[in-house]
Amino acid sequence: MLKQKHSAVWIKCIVFAMLFGVVMSPLLAAAPSGPAPDFTLKSRTGENIKLSELRGQVVMINFWASWCGPCRQEMPLLDQLYQRYQPMGFTLLGVNVEEDSKAAEKVLGEIPVSFPVLFDNRNQVSETYQVSAMPSTVLIDRDGNVRYLHKGYLPGYEEDYQQQIRELVRE
Amino acid sequence: MAPPVPAEVAVAATKSFIGLLLLAVSVNLSAAVLPEDRSDVMFHRYDGGGVTVDGPSILVRKSIGQSVSVSANYYVDSISCASVDVITSASAYTEERTETSLSADYLYDKTLMTLSFTKSDESDYLSETSSFDISHDMFGDLTTVSLGYSVGNDDIKNNTDDSFSARAKKQYFRVGVTQVLTKNSILGVNLETITDEGFLRSPYRSYRYWNSATGTGGSAPEIYPTTRTSNALAFSLKYFLPYRAALSGEYRYYDDTWGVKASNVEIGYTHPLERDWTFNIHYRYYNQDAADFYSDLFTRADEQNYMARDKELSTFMDHTIGVGVSYEFKPEKWQFVDRGSFNLELDYIKFDYDDFRDLTVEGSFTPGDEPLYSFSANVIKAYLSIWY
Amino acid sequence: MTRRLIHAGMVSVMLWTLTACSVEPWVKPYERANLADPIMSFSPNPVAKRYMDHIYEVREGARGATGAGGGGCGCN
Repeated sequence: MLKQKHSAVWIKCIVFAMLFGVVMSPLLAAAPSGPAPDFTLKSRTGENIKLSELRGQVVMINFWASWCGPCRQEMPLLDQLYQRYQPMGFTLLGVNVEEDSKAAEKVLGEIPVSFPVLFDNRNQVSETYQVSAMPSTVLIDRDGNVRYLHKGYLPGYEEDYQQQIRELVRE
Repeated sequence: MAPPVPAEVAVAATKSFIGLLLLAVSVNLSAAVLPEDRSDVMFHRYDGGGVTVDGPSILVRKSIGQSVSVSANYYVDSISCASVDVITSASAYTEERTETSLSADYLYDKTLMTLSFTKSDESDYLSETSSFDISHDMFGDLTTVSLGYSVGNDDIKNNTDDSFSARAKKQYFRVGVTQVLTKNSILGVNLETITDEGFLRSPYRSYRYWNSATGTGGSAPEIYPTTRTSNALAFSLKYFLPYRAALSGEYRYYDDTWGVKASNVEIGYTHPLERDWTFNIHYRYYNQDAADFYSDLFTRADEQNYMARDKELSTFMDHTIGVGVSYEFKPEKWQFVDRGSFNLELDYIKFDYDDFRDLTVEGSFTPGDEPLYSFSANVIKAYLSIWY
Repeated sequence: MTRRLIHAGMVSVMLWTLTACSVEPWVKPYERANLADPIMSFSPNPVAKRYMDHIYEVREGARGATGAGGGGCGCN
């Protein structure tokens, strides 16, 4: 009698586990595509930057925050990519997602970068782009379509970024 | 209903545990992270109830590559003991206990697995415990599910009797969930079941008995059950205050097959002052109902199958009030260190017993009329932490 | 009682994760600044916490659910 009860729970656990795997896989497989939503944000230098005005260039948008370790880790590497490929029609927009920009300015003081940094204080752009991980990096081609999306940052990702930038720049 | 045999409980828990494990790894949404690289050197001191215990605790943790983190901990208790337990049936003593732990964490894709080993060694007690824990961040990092299992083997000796040798085995089953509730709050729920088997009492302690009719009595070695199964369920909450401070609360409920029922509640407040200083204050209240076979005074020898006079199994309560201060610094001279902190924490704990009597009080008392025992303890923790 | 509690606990956790997976995350990753603050960590000082847990475990009858692994000693 007791043994039957134990088997019942055991079986329930396995069934739940499998159901989850099945239910979740389509959600995981979804890849971004289509035209990148347009936006206008104020940059660190004071001017407004509009995404659609950058049509014709390959654009990489990196969503970051001062409290996010991997974000800070990848910033110098992003700066290297920006300096190397900018002459070929590539630009990088660092979008800071914090309501209060003070902490972001402090990080930029410690890790200076040359690419434009924009402030998404009201998180409108983060929501439009459905940012679901920190950092998130989006690659947009010269026609304004989203081609690649990277969630999070682990050392080695910058190799993928470089490969994809090269590919899009040649189009 | 007879209490479940530890083997049955262990089997039930293991099966549920494995089921949950399968569940955890089948859902892969976002990554867990390795624990931070850090080192801590702490001096600890406990002083209360005739017992003074102090010593160092040193932790070193380093990650290797992107997936592995290892840590080692070295801890010593130097004990000077003249506690009420000891004074009434033995003489004061000094003792040293050394505890060493090693652990390794492995981050595989989205799951963090930890294997650890702890050895606690003193003249009359050797305990070796192995643990395996697994935790999985899911659902956009809002939920973390964790499971853990530990098994410990204890070798017990008696300093006053060379021929004495006994064993105990313990198994621990843990499950926990942490859930982000809002942008400013997070909840943790932990459930842990522990089963013990073997020699579960102190070889030095006796119970006492007194027959008030004949005016005679005595003492004899305690007799304990050879199994014990306990459950503990704890809820913890942290809340972020808008001016940058944190409130914390915890509640735990406990019961076991020995009849001990207990609960404790703790509240804390952490307040960053100035730029690098952080201040913390907390209060904890614990209360417990005695084990079924506990009594401060039995009426005759062998009155029950099991008899204990361990004050830790009695009816009592304790209150703790503690404060802490921390100073954070960023050393420029030491290249490999990112930041560090100096910390000092002081706690005052007051224990009040309802059914354990103090036999060390001067004066002559009829057994059972001695004043109830109470004592207070001061705890100091002073430590330096560095992150690299 | 123990077996029922374990099962109840396991089923609750499973139901929790089940509902968690079918609802949209209501705190976005870019809204986690406060939660990421070290003062919001459950265990910012593991060595100090482990020591306090040990102090209480030695002198009180209750044990477990403190968020740490197991470990024994002959502390009377």
